[in-house]
Amino acid sequence: MAASRMRRASVAIVRAAIIAALLAGWEALARSGLLFRDVVPTLGAIARAVATLVSQPVFYVNLGWTLGEVALALVVGGIAGLLVGLLLGGNRFIGRAFEPYLYYLGPTPKIIFFPVMIMWFGVGPASKMALGALSCFFPIALSTAAGMRQIDGVLIRVGQSFRASTAQMVTKIYLPAMREPIVNGVRLGLGVAVIGTLLAETKLSNRGIGYLIIQAYSTFDMPRMYATLVVLFALAIGANALVSRFSTDHRRR
Amino acid sequence: MNSSQWGPSALGLGTAVATAAVLEALIRGGAINAYIVPLPSQVVLAFERVLVEENVVHRFLLTTAETLVAGALITVVGIGLGVLLHRFRLIRAACETWVAAFASAPVVLMYPLFLVIFGRSATTIVMMGFVAALPPVILKTLEGLAGTRPVLIDVGRSFSVTRSQMFWKIMLPAALPTVFVGLRLGLIFAMINIVGVEFLINFGGLGQLINELAERYDLPGTYAAIGFVVLVSVLFFYVTERIERWLRPA
Repeated sequence: MAASRMRRASVAIVRAAIIAALLAGWEALARSGLLFRDVVPTLGAIARAVATLVSQPVFYVNLGWTLGEVALALVVGGIAGLLVGLLLGGNRFIGRAFEPYLYYLGPTPKIIFFPVMIMWFGVGPASKMALGALSCFFPIALSTAAGMRQIDGVLIRVGQSFRASTAQMVTKIYLPAMREPIVNGVRLGLGVAVIGTLLAETKLSNRGIGYLIIQAYSTFDMPRMYATLVVLFALAIGANALVSRFSTDHRRR
Repeated sequence: MNSSQWGPSALGLGTAVATAAVLEALIRGGAINAYIVPLPSQVVLAFERVLVEENVVHRFLLTTAETLVAGALITVVGIGLGVLLHRFRLIRAACETWVAAFASAPVVLMYPLFLVIFGRSATTIVMMGFVAALPPVILKTLEGLAGTRPVLIDVGRSFSVTRSQMFWKIMLPAALPTVFVGLRLGLIFAMINIVGVEFLINFGGLGQLINELAERYDLPGTYAAIGFVVLVSVLFFYVTERIERWLRPA
């Protein structure tokens, strides 16, 4: 007990030491004049920029646009992925016919489809949402299909012996048994949806967090760009941790 | 390939061809605007034009070279950091969750930052691929080293091997299969991010090809170029999968 507390304390000390060393190194680099001015702004400048950023309504307006786009992308891409995954995982023949395509198309760079999305959905938020949906469709479909195949056969036979209808089978047997792969797929999907949506915003848009980043870049407002990235990373990492907790929480209780 | 595998493959391929045929008919019939979706037949014809006129071989080699440089960097730095974290337990306990969190962050969004630091150059593209692909290599190296079977370590102890012998003769070979999984993931991440950044900053290889054709509003060309890049990345994915299987006889 005492040993584990000691260990936890020393881990905390090491963490604090690493953070302190990184911050000190950063500050030294910023003040050294080795790099062009503002390429590495001082910590004070970044902190001030973060404070300015989160106190301005313009940030929340753009954050709202991005969150809305990502949420819609996740809903559209997620539902499509879930349905396709259930179909591919439920039928061996269809799975063999189409899953290789998804498997090999999954890890291709999705941002290159952005010109096509612009032609189909216009230059507004719809094309960003479409790119996010396209990005998150693949991991969700693939992990749903894989999750479907690893369901314990006993559960399925129990459902069949109760003469469950297809809808009942899906909601009472398949989905609960696939909780973990589906949540994992959604976690992966959320990550790529955020990347797809924001990258599209940096390429061509007039709203959203991606637009704020590229605007700070084009006006060479480095502290502001760092600040936007810091806030964005904090949000993305936090969202990811939240979704992962969702997959394990029930088990522990 | 036996007959039970023929059916599904035929259905998959047949559906793809049928979809193209239906699209062709719908566009020719005017149900879909040809200025938004070009005729599939035109796209197929545009392949040749894109390949001949757009310097594709050079672009392909450039993107491949960038990916390989990023791959070499993640191999050295990623495995190095993984070994370091494994060797010093305290640092591992402090940092492993940070690496995992970094892996889930949208790292590629830092590309404007890299543009400022490295300029609009191949260095920016390579560094972006490197940074985005680093976490899986570190995590998988760590996983592989931590998963060395205790029996192997005991054998080493009973031969009273030195610390470095233990690492080079026992731990590293035992960890290699997992390390390769990480390296392949890293290479794929690097390639995706490199093509993506090329497209976004309109510089360099295959990614720029798509951007250029789209800006020229050459629709069949854009579709063909996207198809070509998708083919290349599928091929890349397939080849690395084969190499990984060949390297780990299990």
